[in-house]
Order: sequence, then C-alpha cells, then structure tokens
Amino acid sequence: MSLHLSLLLAASSRMLSMGPVDLLIVVLYFALVLGIGFYLKRFASTGEDFFMAGREMTAWIAGLSFISANLGSLEMMGYAAATYQYGILVGHAYWIAAIPAILFLALVMLPFYYICKTHSVPGYLKLRYGEQARGLSAISFAVMTILMSGINMYSMAVIMKVILGWNIHFSIWVSSLTVALYVMAGGLRSAIFNEVLQFFLIWLGCLLIPVVGLIETGGWSGMVQRIAENFPGQDFTHMWSATGSFTANPMGIHWTGIVFGWGLAISFGYWCTDFLIIQRVMAARDLRSAQLGTVIGAFFKMMVPLIVILPGLLGLAVLPFKLVSEPEAVATGAHSYNEVLPLMLARYCGPGLLGLGVTALIAGFMSGMAGNVSAFATVWTYDIYRPLIRKTASDRHYVRMGRWCTILGVFISIATAYLVMHFSSIIVYAQVVFVIFVVPMFGTVVLGMLWKRTTPAAGFWGLLAGMVASFLLFLWVKLDPSAVRYVAFSPDAKDMADNIYRAMWTLIANVAVTVIVTLFTKPKPESELTGLVYGLTEIPSHERFPLLKRPAFWAAAVGLGFVALNIIFW
Amino acid sequence: MSSDKHFISIWFFIGALLALYGLLILAAGVWDLFYPSGLPQAMGHLHAAIWWGALLIVLGGIYCYRFWPGRNNRS
Repeated sequence: MSLHLSLLLAASSRMLSMGPVDLLIVVLYFALVLGIGFYLKRFASTGEDFFMAGREMTAWIAGLSFISANLGSLEMMGYAAATYQYGILVGHAYWIAAIPAILFLALVMLPFYYICKTHSVPGYLKLRYGEQARGLSAISFAVMTILMSGINMYSMAVIMKVILGWNIHFSIWVSSLTVALYVMAGGLRSAIFNEVLQFFLIWLGCLLIPVVGLIETGGWSGMVQRIAENFPGQDFTHMWSATGSFTANPMGIHWTGIVFGWGLAISFGYWCTDFLIIQRVMAARDLRSAQLGTVIGAFFKMMVPLIVILPGLLGLAVLPFKLVSEPEAVATGAHSYNEVLPLMLARYCGPGLLGLGVTALIAGFMSGMAGNVSAFATVWTYDIYRPLIRKTASDRHYVRMGRWCTILGVFISIATAYLVMHFSSIIVYAQVVFVIFVVPMFGTVVLGMLWKRTTPAAGFWGLLAGMVASFLLFLWVKLDPSAVRYVAFSPDAKDMADNIYRAMWTLIANVAVTVIVTLFTKPKPESELTGLVYGLTEIPSHERFPLLKRPAFWAAAVGLGFVALNIIFW
Repeated sequence: MSSDKHFISIWFFIGALLALYGLLILAAGVWDLFYPSGLPQAMGHLHAAIWWGALLIVLGGIYCYRFWPGRNNRS
C-alpha cells in the first residue's frame, strides 16, 4: 500500500514516452469498453439481468472475470516491486495465499452460495443467521468497497502521472466515468464482459517482459546466475528454505505465519467471502459452470507470477543500476523498487508494444474498479436499501436504484480519492480495514455452512468479536510498537508480518466466540436451514459427466500443479 | 428474460480488438525496422513488435472467425 505514496513522492518526470500508435491503442480500448457497455444495456432490464448478469455466464467467462477482478495493476506493480526487494518469497501471495482457498471455495463453499440463490454474501448471512449479521456485513462491505475503490482510483492516477506524465484529475475522471458508464448501462454482465477483455489485455500486454527477458538472460538458470553475481550472498530465488526462522528472511516471518496467517486467515477470508470476486462466479449458468469457472480462475492465479514475480526477478538480473528504497530514491534521485515493472516495460517495449503495456495497466485498474462498483451496487440495493429503506417496490425500481447507485458509488469513490490526496495516511490504514472486515467473515460463513448447530446469535457476535479483536490488536501495536513481539511472535516482524499474524488472531477470536455463543444459545430449526448447511442440502453430483468435465478433477490437477511449483521453487 | 436474447459473443469483441491491435503493433514494428525511433530498447534486434503483432493478429483472427456474429455459438 505504500506504492502510490512513494510514487507520488518520487514523481518528478515521466518514465515512458508514448507515440501516436500507443495513444491510438489506449483510445481504442476506452472506445471498445464503452461500446460493449452500451451494446449490453438492452439486455439488462430485470434485476436478475442487471445484478446477476442473468445467471447465464459460461465457466470460462465466469472464471476469467473472477480472476480479472482480482488482478489489479496496483497489486501487480506492488508485488513486482516487493519481488525486487524480497525475491521469489513474494510469490506466496499467488500460491499458498490463493490456490488452496480458491479450490476450497470451488468445491466446498460455492455449492451453498449457489444453491440458496442469494444475490450476495451478506444475503447468505441473512438466510443463515438473520438480519443482524447481514446488516453488519453489508454495511462494512459497502464502506470497505468504496474506500478501496477510491484508493485504487487515486493510485492509478498517481502512477499514470509518474510513468506517462498525465494529469491526476484527468486520469481520475476519465477512467472512473468510463467505468461508471459501462457498468450503469449493462450492469454486472457489462462488468464481466469487460473484465474478460481486460484479462486478455493484461496478459498480452505484460507477458512480453518475461519472454524477452528470459531470452536476454539465457533462460531461468542464466537469470539465477546473474542475480547471484549482482547480489552475492543473498537468496532471492527460493520460496520456503529461508522461512525456518524469523530472522533468516527480509520479511521477518516464520513459515507458520505464511501458512496459518497468510495461507489460511487472510487468503480464505478474501477468496471465500469477499463478494466482489464471488459475485462473478455466482453469475454462472449452473453450479458446475460456477465451480469450473472458479477452478479456471485458480489456474490463472497460479500463473500470474509469470507476469508479476518474474519481471521483478528479471529486474534484479538485467537492470544496469540497483533500485533503492523510497526514501533513498527521493534523496538521491535514483529509481525505487516500485518502478521495476514500468522500467521493465520501457526496457523491452518499443512503439506499439508500449501502448499495449500501458493499456494493460489501465485495464488492470479498471477491472478492479468495475468489480468494486458492481458489487457495491448489488449489496447496497439488495442488502441495505431493500431491507432497511424500501422493502416493497417493483423489480424495475430496484434496477433503477442499481443504476443510480453505480453512479453514486463512483462519485463517492472519486470523493474518497480526493480525500486520500489530502489525507494520504488513509492508505496506510486500508490494509488494516481489510483485515478487520474481511477475515472474520470467513469463520462466520464457513461455520454457518458446515455446522448446523451454529446459531443466529453466534453468527452476529462471532463476526463482531472478530472485527473488534482485529481493531484492538492493531491499536495495541500502534500505541506500543514493541507489542509486535506478542502479536507477530517476533520483535523483527515487519508491517506485512504484523498484518498476517493479526489476521490469524482475528480468525481465532471470530471462531472461538462463534463456537462459545453457539453452545449457549438456541439454534435454528433444521427446516429453516435447508439449502444453506452441509448435511441439510442436496448438492448435485457431477458423476454423470465425463471425468474431464468434472470440477473436482480439474481442482485436483490445479492442486497437483500447486504442490509441484512449491517443491520446484522450494 | 434475457435468456431469449442473442447477443454478440464477448469472444468476438476480444478477437476484433486483438486483431486490430496486432495490425497497429505490426505496422509500428515494421516502420521501426526501416526508420528506427532511436529510443533505447534492450533486445531491439529481436523486433518484438513484429512477431508479437503477428501473434495478436493470428489469435484475434481465430477468435473473430470462430465467434463471428451469427455463427451458432455461446457467449
């Protein structure tokens, strides 16, 4: 999250210079996404069409959209920078902190979301626990979504200013109004279709860097050799071997933190309960397509290190100068870690290709923003406006509300972006807010799905306890930094390790309170839990399909790939 | 319901954009071959714009052909 702050500090002159062909490529992209939105407007007349894309997406469309909504440019640039700083260790964000959770979503949790035909994750909590749990999760989700959207919008504008010299206000207004127009026109279907398009652009715009980079270094072994020569005595190319102690790696983290904090609490919280991404696969035409789409998403998530981690490693191998930390870059005028991806883009991409690469970055920002806006519209309309403000209205009225709150959501995001511009410390707290709101959701939802005894009171109090515990732990370390040795088990823990361990404690508090309250309160009758809980829900079998069309088969294949990659890069 | 409606496949839009981008990038690459821009570019001798542009044209062409509006396919 320090990426855009530091880029702002470093912003002095633009890094890339685009020619007419490059600009034409960017303009064509904006024209097409708007064209798709307005073309799809005629197909978004009912609530089911506008908010759930008619629930008719194929597995491929749902899956690519699912992963595209997650593939933001800020994250790509940030993780490429972190790779230059910490090495391949950062790849855990794409493997242990993603793949098990996505496969768990596909095989275990998605059937319940899909079968109960809810419109959202807060909607599931309403069915399972009641109005209190839904209200708490819906309001926290809406606040978090708008906050994240505004921060991303501002970050994109800053990056466009630094690498292209574009005016910050121009970037904010053009990109956000484009997203607002195409989502307002075509609803979730428009957001999903454009995310699939953006997926292709992100990959084709960024993939050239590792391809040409590996040719330059003479392959993987040549790259590793160059890194060893450039940075003698440092290990940048192993994922697990330096995590046996807190002090053996630059992040200050033990493998237990990576597995239980990052791989369990944060990862399962995000992938299994963040409605922004789950909404994409819930729009699939049937359960099997939804599950297959999620597995397809897992496969491409596993491949993302090719276009994010590898460019960071190639930067270590081929850049003729060393990138430095942000304060040093500001003081000396040198390039910082955060600039590694644009630098690699500039290194290999000539006219035309540069336009494609910049379009990839813009596409990454817009896909994330569209995800935020469409999810906000659904949660606002179905989980806040309808139950709390206007309970009985026509379907047409709710669609109109969805369109208007799409615009409203974008304007609030723009206001947040300007707020961030003046109070940049908000960005520092965004990750904290994310851990507070998202992580406890996992314990509440998964216990609700797998344990029929879990009571409505436990659902609400467990969720609230997780959020409060997370906030108090954050406050403790903020007021007394030495407390990090208790929260993260080590005085050497850096911010990222602190966040990871706090997520672990948050989940423990959430689960513990949910279980304890359950044991002392009255559960719902089983007749009210049909279609919501394991053991009381008839989950369709896929055995009548050939092996190659079964989600479990492909999930096993992705799981094997995940294990193999971890062993190869151990 | 929208299920009764037929819309142009998203894959067609993707194919069209990739093919168009491929043409532009290929043209820029060929132009750069004869009239070098002079910008510092590592591995410039590979002329990546030419083969990457050609790749986009082929990929976009396949999608355009396979998902041309009116053909019997799903979006």
